[in-house]
Amino acid sequence: MVSIFAWIIQIIFIPVMAPLFIGITRKIKAKFQNRQGASIFQPYRDLRKLFHKDEIISNDASWIFRFSPYIILALTIIVGASIPLLSLVTQNNFLGDFLVVIYLLALGTFFLALSGMDTGGGFGGFGSSREMTVAALTEGGLICSLLTLALVSHTTNLFGIANFGLNAPMRYLPSIILAFFSFIISMLAETTRFPFDNPATHLELTMIHEAMLLEHSGKGLAMMEWAVANKFLIFLALAANLFFPFGIAVSLSFQSMLIALIYFVIKILLLCFGIATLESITAKFRFFRLPDLLFTSFVISAIAIGLIF
Amino acid sequence: MLNYLFTSFGFVTSVGLFLAGAVGVLLFNKNDKLSNWWGNGMAILGSVVALIFSSNVLITKTPQTIELFSGAQFLSWTFRVDLLSAFFIFVISLLGLFCSIYGLGYVKHYYNKYNLGVLGFFYNLFIGSMILVASAGNTLLFLIVWEIMSLSSYFLVIYEHREEENIKAGLLYFVMTHIGTAFIIFSFLLLYKITGSFDFEVIKNNMSGASVFIQSVIFICALIGFGTKAGIIPFHIWLPKAHPAAPSHVSALMSGVMIKTGIYMVVRMGFDILPSTPLWWGALVLAIGAVSSLLGVLYALSEHDFKRLLAYHSIENIGIILLGAGSSLVFLSLGMKSLAVLGLLAALYHTINHAVFKALLFLGAGSVISQTHTRNIEDYGGLIKYMPQTAFFFLIGSMAISALPPFNGFASEWLTFQSLFNGVAAVGTLIKLLFILAIGSLAFTSGLAVMCFVKVFGATFLARPRSAHVKGVHEVSGVMRFGMAALSLVALILGVSAGWVSNMFASIAISLNNLKNAVPAISTNLSIVNANNFATMSLPTAFGAIVIATTIISVMVYLVTRKQKVTRSTTWDCGTNLTPRMEITSTGFARSIVVIFKGILRPSQQSEVEYRDANLRYFPKNSTVDFELKDVYAIFFYKPVQEFILKISEKTKKIQSGNINLYILYIFLVLIGLLLFFVI
Repeated sequence: MVSIFAWIIQIIFIPVMAPLFIGITRKIKAKFQNRQGASIFQPYRDLRKLFHKDEIISNDASWIFRFSPYIILALTIIVGASIPLLSLVTQNNFLGDFLVVIYLLALGTFFLALSGMDTGGGFGGFGSSREMTVAALTEGGLICSLLTLALVSHTTNLFGIANFGLNAPMRYLPSIILAFFSFIISMLAETTRFPFDNPATHLELTMIHEAMLLEHSGKGLAMMEWAVANKFLIFLALAANLFFPFGIAVSLSFQSMLIALIYFVIKILLLCFGIATLESITAKFRFFRLPDLLFTSFVISAIAIGLIF
Repeated sequence: MLNYLFTSFGFVTSVGLFLAGAVGVLLFNKNDKLSNWWGNGMAILGSVVALIFSSNVLITKTPQTIELFSGAQFLSWTFRVDLLSAFFIFVISLLGLFCSIYGLGYVKHYYNKYNLGVLGFFYNLFIGSMILVASAGNTLLFLIVWEIMSLSSYFLVIYEHREEENIKAGLLYFVMTHIGTAFIIFSFLLLYKITGSFDFEVIKNNMSGASVFIQSVIFICALIGFGTKAGIIPFHIWLPKAHPAAPSHVSALMSGVMIKTGIYMVVRMGFDILPSTPLWWGALVLAIGAVSSLLGVLYALSEHDFKRLLAYHSIENIGIILLGAGSSLVFLSLGMKSLAVLGLLAALYHTINHAVFKALLFLGAGSVISQTHTRNIEDYGGLIKYMPQTAFFFLIGSMAISALPPFNGFASEWLTFQSLFNGVAAVGTLIKLLFILAIGSLAFTSGLAVMCFVKVFGATFLARPRSAHVKGVHEVSGVMRFGMAALSLVALILGVSAGWVSNMFASIAISLNNLKNAVPAISTNLSIVNANNFATMSLPTAFGAIVIATTIISVMVYLVTRKQKVTRSTTWDCGTNLTPRMEITSTGFARSIVVIFKGILRPSQQSEVEYRDANLRYFPKNSTVDFELKDVYAIFFYKPVQEFILKISEKTKKIQSGNINLYILYIFLVLIGLLLFFVI
C-alpha cells in the first residue's frame, strides 16, 4: 500500500511540481531586475489558460506537428518517473539506466525539431537547426559526466548512483566535482538556459527553442511548455540527487519522505537561485562560441574519468 | 518438405534457385514483365529457402558442411556453415527477401528503358554469391565467389549506363575493390605458406605455431583488404559514389549486407583463424571505428544527395560495428573473455540492425526518387502529404538509425556503449584514454545522426514542396510498400526483443575459436538486458511506457479541450507572401555543423555576383554562392600515392628502350641470376 503511494508520487511529482520551479526561477530573475515579477504560480495559470484556448494549425503542417506535443510530454513524464526524486525505493531496472534516460529525451528532441520544420516557416527551421546542433554536441559531455558517476558507483542505474553517493569515499571527490561542472554545462544546454539560449526571448536572432514553438498554439503550446518545465525539473533533480544525494529517503516511512521532500526542495531552490543568478549576470553567448563550451564540458568529464582510481 | 530444407539440400536448393533466376532471366530478356517476375521471383524463393536453412542452423546450433564435386585436388568445393556463417546468411537472405519483393514494383520504371534481363541476371548472381562468400570453406573458393560478388555488384552499379557519372563511379569501385582483393590474396597466401593448406578448417587448427609478427602482417593485410569492402576511412572513397549509382533496391543490399561481408571476414580472421591477438590490433580497430563513425556522420550531414547521404551513414555504422569488435579484440588480448563476448555481441547485433534499417531507408529513398526523378534533397519538400505511408516507414527507419528507443538501433548502440564503458573500467591508462575517446566519438556520432535524420526527414517530407519535381507525386505501389512495412516491423521487433536476440548473438560469439568456453558478460531474460551487472535496461518497457503514456495524455487532453475549436490557417509569414524559399534547406540546416567542424571538413565557399552594369557595380543582377567540401583524402592520401607511383614508373621507363636485343639481354641475365640462385 505504501509502496503504491510512493510510486504515485514518483510518477506525478515532476509534471505537478515542474511549473512551480519555472515560476520561482522567473521570480528570482525579476527580483534581480528590480521588478516585482509575476506570482510563482503564474506558469500553472498560463497552462490553464492555454488549455482553454482554441488551437490554430498551419495548412502546411502534417500529423507530425499535431502528434509531437503528446509524445514530447509523455516522454518527459516517463523519464520523470524513472529518475531518483524523493526516495530510492522506487528504483527500477527497466528504464533507470542513464543512457535510456538520455536517449528517451533525445527522442523528444527529435520530434520537437521535426515539428519546428513541419510548418515551413523561416523561424521553425532555423530553430530546429540550432537546437539539433546544440543537442548533438551536448551528448558527449552529458554521457561522459554521468559515466564518471557510473564508474565510481559500479552501476549505470541512476538510483544506484544516488545510493552510492550517500556515502561515497572521499578519494572520488575530485572526479565527482569535475563531473558536476561538466554536467551543469550540459544541463544548461539541454534545458535551453543561458548562455545557450534565452528562455524569455522572441527575438529571431537569438532564439533557439522558442523558435520551434512559434507555430504552436492552444493545447499544443500548453503541452510543449509543460514538457519544457518538466525537462527543467528533471535536470535539476538529476543534478541535486546524483551529485548531492543526502537526505533522499531510503525507506518508506512518512517521516523519511517528508524529510526527503524538504531536502529536495532546498536543493532545487539553491540550483534555481544559481541559474537565475547566472542568467542575470552573464550575457548569452554567440552561437558559434557554444561548441567551445560543450567541448569543454566533454574534456572536463574525460579528465574526471581519468582521475578515478 | 521443410525438414529437407534444414539439411545441406536446403543450401544447394537456395543456390540453385539463384542460379536458375540468373540464367533463366536471360532467356526472357525480350519481355520486360516476364523477366521482372522471373528475376525477382527466383530471388524471393532463393532467399526464403536460405532463410529457413540458416535459421535452422542458428536455432539448433549445429554447423553444416556441404560438399560439392569433391575430389578435385586444389579446389574442393566445400561450403561450411557454422553459426557465424549462418548468421550472415540469415542477414543476407532476410534483406534479399524484402528487397526483391520491393524490386518487383521498383524495377517497373526501367521498363522500355533498360534491359531487365541483365538486371535480373546480375541481381541473382549478386545475392547468391554473397551467400557463398559467407560460407566458402577454403581460400581459393572464397576468392572466386568474392570476385563474382564484386563483379556482379560492379555491373549493377553501372546498370543505368546512360549516365556518365555512374560509369565513373563504377570504375572507381572496380579499381578500389581490386586493390582490396590484392591485399586479401596476399594474406591468404601467407596463410598457405604457414599451414600448407587452403582449407579454412586446416588453417585454423595449424596456426598456433606462427609467429606474432607474421600473424600481424596477415591481420593488417586482411584489415585493409576487407576494410576496403566495408568502407572504413580512408579506404571509403568508392562507397559514397558507387552505392547511390545502383538501382535503389540494389543500393539497399550493397549498403545493408555487401559491406558486411568485409566485417564477416575481419571477425573470422580476428576471432577464429588467428590465435594470438596483440593489444594493438584491438586498439587499431577501435581507433578506425572511432574515426570512421564520426567522420562518416559528419560527411553525411554535409551531403544533399539523398542516396549518397545514406551511403555515408553506412560508413558511420561500419565504424560503430568496429567499435564493438575493436573493444572485443582488446578484451581478448587482455584475457577478459567474457567482456570480449559482450563487445563482439554488440558488433554482431549492430550488423543485423544496420542491415535492416539501412535497407529500409534506401527503399524509402528509392520510392521518393522513383516518384520525383531527382536525388537532390533540396528539390523535395512536403512529400508526407503525397506519400504518407512511405513517409511513415522512413520515419521509423530514421528513428532506428538515430538509435532512439525502442527501435533496434538503440539496443545495439546501448550494448556497444556498455562494452566501451567496461573497457574504461577494466584496462590500463593508455588504452583507457582510447576507450574514453571512443565513447566520446560514439556519443557525438549518435547526436549528429539524430540531427542528420531530422534534416533528411524534415527537408524531404515536411513543409511545402520546394520545386516542380514534387508535382504529380503519388504513393508507390503495394509491393514496394510491403517491402518497407516488413522491414519497419523487423526494426521494431529486433529492438523490443533485445533480451532474446542478444542471447542468440552471445552463442554465436562463443562458437568462435578464440572465445571458446567463455562466459558472456551479459545475462538476459525476456525483456531485461543485463550487461555485466553494470547496467540494465528493458526496451519492451520503454515501448509500452511510450504507448501507454501517450494514450493517457491524449485521452486527458481530449477530455479537457474537447470544447475548443481547431482551425486551419496559414503559417505566420511576417506579412509577406509565403514561398517555399522561406523554408530551411538541407544545406542551411547542416551549415552550422559544417562551420563548427571546418577544421576537419574543409568547406570552401565561392561567391559570384553578376551586375546589371559591369562598369557600375552597384546593382547586382544575381549572385551565386557555391559551397563545397574539399576532398581531404584525395589531397593528402590518394594524390601523394598516385604521384609516387607515377614517379617510379617514370624511373623504370629508362630501362625500356624498345630495342628487342636489349630485352633478350634482360631475359638472359635473369635466367643466369636464377641459375646462380638455385645452384648456390
